Parts: sequence; structure tokens; C-alpha cells
Amino acid sequence: MTSEPQSSRLGGGPGGFPFAPPLPLFLLNPILKRIVHRIAVQNPDMFDRLGPHRHAYFLIDPVDIPFMLYLRPDPEALDFRAVGRRNPPPHAARISGKFLDLLTLMDTEQDGDALFFSRDLIVTGDTEAVVCLRNALDDVDDPIAESVADMFGPPGRAALNALRRAAENAQKRKGAK
Amino acid sequence: MNAMVKPELICPAGTPAALRSAVDAGADAVYCGYQNATNARNFVGLNFTPEEMEKSIRYAHDGGTKVLITLNTFPPAGKVELWKEMVDLSARLGADACIVADIAVAAYIRDTYPDLRIHLSVQAAASSPEAIEYYVREFGVKRVVLPRIMTVSEIRGLLKEIPCEVETFIFGNHGLMVEGRCSLTNYVTGQSTNMDGACSPAACVKYERADDGSMSTILGDYMIDRFGPEETAGYPTICKGRYKCDARDGGYYAFEEPISLNASTMLPDLINAGVHAFKIEGRQRSRAYVKKVVAAFREAVDSIMAGQEPRLADLVALTEGQKQTEGALKTKKWR
Ligand code: SF4
Repeated sequence: MTSEPQSSRLGGGPGGFPFAPPLPLFLLNPILKRIVHRIAVQNPDMFDRLGPHRHAYFLIDPVDIPFMLYLRPDPEALDFRAVGRRNPPPHAARISGKFLDLLTLMDTEQDGDALFFSRDLIVTGDTEAVVCLRNALDDVDDPIAESVADMFGPPGRAALNALRRAAENAQKRKGAK
Repeated sequence: MNAMVKPELICPAGTPAALRSAVDAGADAVYCGYQNATNARNFVGLNFTPEEMEKSIRYAHDGGTKVLITLNTFPPAGKVELWKEMVDLSARLGADACIVADIAVAAYIRDTYPDLRIHLSVQAAASSPEAIEYYVREFGVKRVVLPRIMTVSEIRGLLKEIPCEVETFIFGNHGLMVEGRCSLTNYVTGQSTNMDGACSPAACVKYERADDGSMSTILGDYMIDRFGPEETAGYPTICKGRYKCDARDGGYYAFEEPISLNASTMLPDLINAGVHAFKIEGRQRSRAYVKKVVAAFREAVDSIMAGQEPRLADLVALTEGQKQTEGALKTKKWR
């Protein structure tokens, strides 16, 4: 289990993120629970790629939104919830990056290694667990971001398209630097 | 050998989803391996179960794409059974070729499945006409994957002398050494790239962040690099580490730098030289990588064959350390 300093390069803290839901976490958590259960039902084979790490807790840290996500990808005891930044719970590994970068990873549009090379993705803790999670998420039939958007019908898909455009623009700005 | 054969595009897949992406993006062939030590990307969470391989071969063949199975590690002495089992499985599933490095594995295919094509892996490090002729004569090897140490003019000369097809790497990891002989990772992790199939297994890798934003890469008990807050990073392999040595001040990339091969500007020369197949490295990469790189090279090869100026997509974001080189294809002094 590990905890680490906040990335200085990636910024961190809320920072006025335009898509940050103005929701208290207790309202968000039932939605996250629904999402993770749906994805697990749609992709039962993905857990095989996690091997022994399906029982591990992952802290997913979108550094530019006010909360982090806490995931245990164990089909027998799935757990996915939002947690505050102040006292991160014990975890095997932490994955930090900007929200839009993490989203494009889930959308299978971004290569995790490329984000790692550019230092836009930071991995600490159990590296093998993270690699297994990455491979499991990469091997699903439909991109996870799309499955989540579909759960919310047309508004969900519209939101995903808006986020995709924002990610594309952010990518272009990065390329232009 | 005649010039201007249309080279096949040989694309990597570490998961069935990546294989489907490669097929959909226009791969002529996909190479992939099983979840064990028989392939040189034996990383946890990667590769194919027999059931996944069966379905994936069906998907590829439906899309007109071949599947080449990597059995390209060296069995430890007297322990060739697993490799034979994987050959049997591959033959049963209808693989189009097996990519092998070890002569015992090659001999087993020659004797048991004379119709199954043998491709000689880069791990065999065969680059001289004599070495290649030996593999062709003794085992019926149909294609040799050349080590990444040859210039285009050397490849052109070689093609005139050998009786088999040639495949060259055009994109991806640029960790050279003498391919198939590197034992650096054994020294630090106790596992062998060449026999266990894993260089720098993730279980031995740790990244440590400091308050100033710098990041250290630790492999086993050794720190092999430290990146400043704004520096791009590379793979956690010893060959890409920075070390202190008497000849230089400060940390120094003593073996190789974090950099990727990108031979897109060399494609016309390689096609003119008569190379039969172009290989993209990266079975450990995501399907996003596979999709982007395969699509880019599909377009480039097709436009060259159509006599047009190739449009070369910018792939630098996908390269290690965000740096690219034409490597030895252009000059032996690539560093
Ligand atoms: S240390 Fe480098 S050259 Fe050696 S096996 Fe690993 S990646 Fe290849």
C-alpha cells in the first residue's frame, strides 16, 4: 500500500474544471456503482487479465477535479466510489493524470505508454497491478467511455462527444506547444 | 530477388481487441503469442489463451489477414515440451506461420508440420547470408526477420544472396544489443528475456516520485534512471537506463537512449530493395497505438505502391521518450 506526493507537473487541485460535477460524493457513488456493475456484466472476461490483482485497490486520481476514484475490480466484490483528496484510502497503486487524458484512455483513443512517456500519466505503487488493469480495460469490446455514455442515453452520448472534442482540442494545444 | 514486391504489413497484438484493431486498420498479418514463456512478450495480463487465439484467428482470416504466432524464446535445455505443445496448438488452430528462434522448435515444426511456415525470429539474430542459408537449408525457413543493425544497402545486398523472404522492423522499440542474446535483465531481475520472455517484468519495476516532480525508475534493487520534472520518460529497461561512468560527467545513456525506431521516411528505399514484409513492434502497447500506427503505415505503403508521395502521419507522440530515429537503416552511427 502506498501514498505519494501530488504531482507538481500535472498541477492538481480542483482548478476550475469545467466538467466537474457539482455533486456531493454521496450522490455520485450510487451512479459509479451502477456504472461498474454494468461494465462487469458486459465484459465478464476482462477480469481474467487482472490475475491476482483483481483484489487490489486502485486509486485513480484525475488531478484536475476535486475528488479521486477508488476501484477494486473484483467481480466477486466490485467496488467503485469517489473519495476525497484529503485522506486517500489504502491502495496498491495510484494512477494520476488529467481528467481528459484518463477519459481518452478509457475511450481507447489514447495509448497509456505514450502518456507515460510524456509524463502526463503517473503511476506509483504496484506497477504490475497497473499494467494488468490497463490490459484488462484495453481488451473490452466497446470502449468503456462509450458504454458509460450509453447508459445515460442521448444526454450521455452528447456529453461524451463534448468531452471528446475537449480532449481533441487539448491534444492539439499540446501538439502546438 | 525482384524489387517492388508489395511488402506485407506485419502488426502486433497483445490482446484480442488489439488484434481486431490491427485487422480493421489494414494489417496484412498480425503476430501474437500465448500466455506463457514461449513468446518474448510474456507479461502478466497480456497475450492470448488458446480459446482467444482460436477466435482471433477466425476473425483475422475472415478479414483476409494472416496470423503469425510468436514462439520466439529459447527453451531451457531439455525443456522443449511447452514449445512443442504450442506448435501443435498453433497448427491445429490454423496459424499461417510460427515465428521461432530456437533450432529445436524449428526442427519440430519441420518434422511434424512440413506445411506450416517457419519465420525466423529477430531473436535468432541471423544477418549474414551464411547464417540465413543454414536456417533455410536445415529447417526450411521461409522468412527471416532481420536484426535492427543493418543499413538499407546491406539489406539490398543480402537479398541478392539468400533464398528466402526478408522482414524488417519499421516502427517501435529500439533496444538492440545482439538481439536474442541480451542478459541484462537476468542480472537484475533473475528472469530472462530470452528464456522466460520478459525483459523488466512489471513486478520488478517501481516508479518513485519526489516532491520536486522528478521520477526515479527502480528495477529490482537498482535505480536505472531519474527523470527531471519536464523530461520525457522511457521504458524501464536496463539498456535505456542512465548510469554514472568514468568517461562522462553525470548520468549517461551508456547503451541506448529512450528512443523509438520510425522508418517511415525509409519506406521507398526498403521497398526498392525488395523487402517482403514490414514489422511494427509493440505487442505490449494498447489498441490505440495499434490502430494509429497500423493505419499510418497502411496508408504510406499503399501510396508508395500507387506511385504517390506517401503521407507520413506524425507518430512521435507514440514513441519512447517522444524521440524517433531511422536507426541503422540510415546509418550505423545513429547515436
Ligand atoms: S535490456 Fe534492452 S536490449 Fe536487453 S532484452 Fe531488455 S529491451 Fe532488449
